[in-house]
Amino acid sequence: MRSDLFLIVCLIIGGVIFAAALALGNDYYFFAGYVVLQYVVLSTAWNILGGYCGYVNFGSAAFFALGAYSAVAIHRLHPLPIPVLVLIGGVVSGIVGFGMGYLTLRLRGAFFAIATLALAVVLQTLVVNWEYVGGSRGAYIVRPEAIAPLGSYIRYLFLIMLLLAVGGLTAARLIERSRLGFGFATIRDDELAAEASGVPTLRLKLIATTISGALMGMAGAPLPYYIGFLQPSSAFGLDYAVNSIAMPLIGGTTSWVGPLIGAVLLGSLQQIATVTISSAVNLLIVGFLLVGFVIVAPNGIIGLVHKYVRHQPDELVGRRHVSVDAPGNPT
Amino acid sequence: MIFSFDLLVNAVISGVLIGAFYAAVTAGVSISFGILDVVNIAHPAFIILGSYIAYIINAQLGLDPILASIIVTPAFYALGAGIYQIYYASFEKRGQESLRGLAFFFGLLFITEVSLVLYFGVDYRYVEAPYIGPTWHLGFVDIPLRILVPCVVSLLLIAVLQFVLTRTFLGRAIMAVAQDQMALKLMAVDPIRIKRIAFGISIATASLAGAFLIIIQPVEPSVGREYIGRVFAICVLGGMGSLPGTLIAALLVGIVESLTATFYGPSWSPAVSFGFLLLTLAVRPAGLLGR
Repeated sequence: MRSDLFLIVCLIIGGVIFAAALALGNDYYFFAGYVVLQYVVLSTAWNILGGYCGYVNFGSAAFFALGAYSAVAIHRLHPLPIPVLVLIGGVVSGIVGFGMGYLTLRLRGAFFAIATLALAVVLQTLVVNWEYVGGSRGAYIVRPEAIAPLGSYIRYLFLIMLLLAVGGLTAARLIERSRLGFGFATIRDDELAAEASGVPTLRLKLIATTISGALMGMAGAPLPYYIGFLQPSSAFGLDYAVNSIAMPLIGGTTSWVGPLIGAVLLGSLQQIATVTISSAVNLLIVGFLLVGFVIVAPNGIIGLVHKYVRHQPDELVGRRHVSVDAPGNPT
Repeated sequence: MIFSFDLLVNAVISGVLIGAFYAAVTAGVSISFGILDVVNIAHPAFIILGSYIAYIINAQLGLDPILASIIVTPAFYALGAGIYQIYYASFEKRGQESLRGLAFFFGLLFITEVSLVLYFGVDYRYVEAPYIGPTWHLGFVDIPLRILVPCVVSLLLIAVLQFVLTRTFLGRAIMAVAQDQMALKLMAVDPIRIKRIAFGISIATASLAGAFLIIIQPVEPSVGREYIGRVFAICVLGGMGSLPGTLIAALLVGIVESLTATFYGPSWSPAVSFGFLLLTLAVRPAGLLGR
């Protein structure tokens, strides 16, 4: 399917989802759906670097919170429409992603992972000490009750997140099928061999960290309006980090479908478990699912489908059948 | 700002004391990450587990926390050996350690933390021992015994580990496995067995480090997260797998953190280790005493 066609199909599906939520008539569905869609964006963003390039980012919460806090800082200065804040959050997180990548990606992959973990702690320290955005006490954001054609404000936020999810998925699919995506795959499979064949690995990795970071920041920007009261401990919560890793790995990392499946499944499961059991127990479930899946089903749900439905061995999942004379130097 | 000499000396001394404790905390990571190339980011979570076990034994039986932690080291060793076996069979053997292995340890970190929260809640826990409370006053220098005792035992631990790694057959085998696994195989030594033992030792140190931690400060499950950045910063700065390097780096980080806390406020000290990490990665990735 061509990408513009894919985008149109996605938009239609998105429209149907929005219409269905409207038809249900209960704003709870918008509150719950917003969280699930937010995880779709986060896990798609994580997968662009983690799944396509094979570099693990533990600092999703940091990039996410960076977007949220850029929104708070700008809101204090002068309230802007949320789509503009989303763009600004994306730019800020993208720049930080680029800087992190530049410092650590020349070394072995593990250093990048560790540095992202530490980045979360340091950004949290900075925010806690920054009184302008509320410091450790947190910041209140008064959101308007209603917005013109949609009715309640949460519907507006839901719509923004829905569009972000559609945009994110389209971008991920586009990357996957472009020369860029082939380049990413060579890094994931054998970085040394890729470098030796003339793939500009550092440049590609920097592109991936920037796109991935920017998308996470965009997902975070509407958060202050959603929860109304933003605290460092909630914006930098470990559940964002663990979910954005667990969802793609459970769904399958090699294509854009995996993060979508993982986020919708795990996100809805958690929404149900939070209401019926408790939020600590549902995080424990996520942890066990993550460990279980990486040990037993290394290619996630997609891998299981390939194995049992299409009878394809594990090693071939996500590998492309590229003929020998394919373009050798993706940039 | 007035730089008083007393304050400066006190800050440096408490930095040295805390730094030695950081060395004990990092020793396990220096073995697993530095020597074995196993990126065990769950190490701080095992340290917190050690703290809670020392707390339970101390509260139930009234045993000294350090003694208690020494008694449970075999259990931690077994835990470490078991985890390495799973890690090897599921990831290292299949060549998937980079992405899924990291996610595996991240999951372990998360499970340990959430389980502790579910079982003990998020209240701060502390232990009882005769050396918690009194402080030696040497002139204008104050040395709290609750930091001095873990510091001395930490130095002992580092010395013992260094002796084992450099002077015994097992230690030399561990160092060898880091250099060339194939060569070890040709010498009729099973490299996987050596790595399993080494990883077991690295987790066993977490039991001791956990006891030190809960002696120095009250502990709740998420305290471990502060140590992730610190531990890896020290490990990288020390030169990955060199225990003397780890000790020097730990002392350096301890001193700078203590100075930052004294002169700028304690809420800034978590940023110190990250600064060190980035600076090391940018300027000298091989660390202080790198191979």
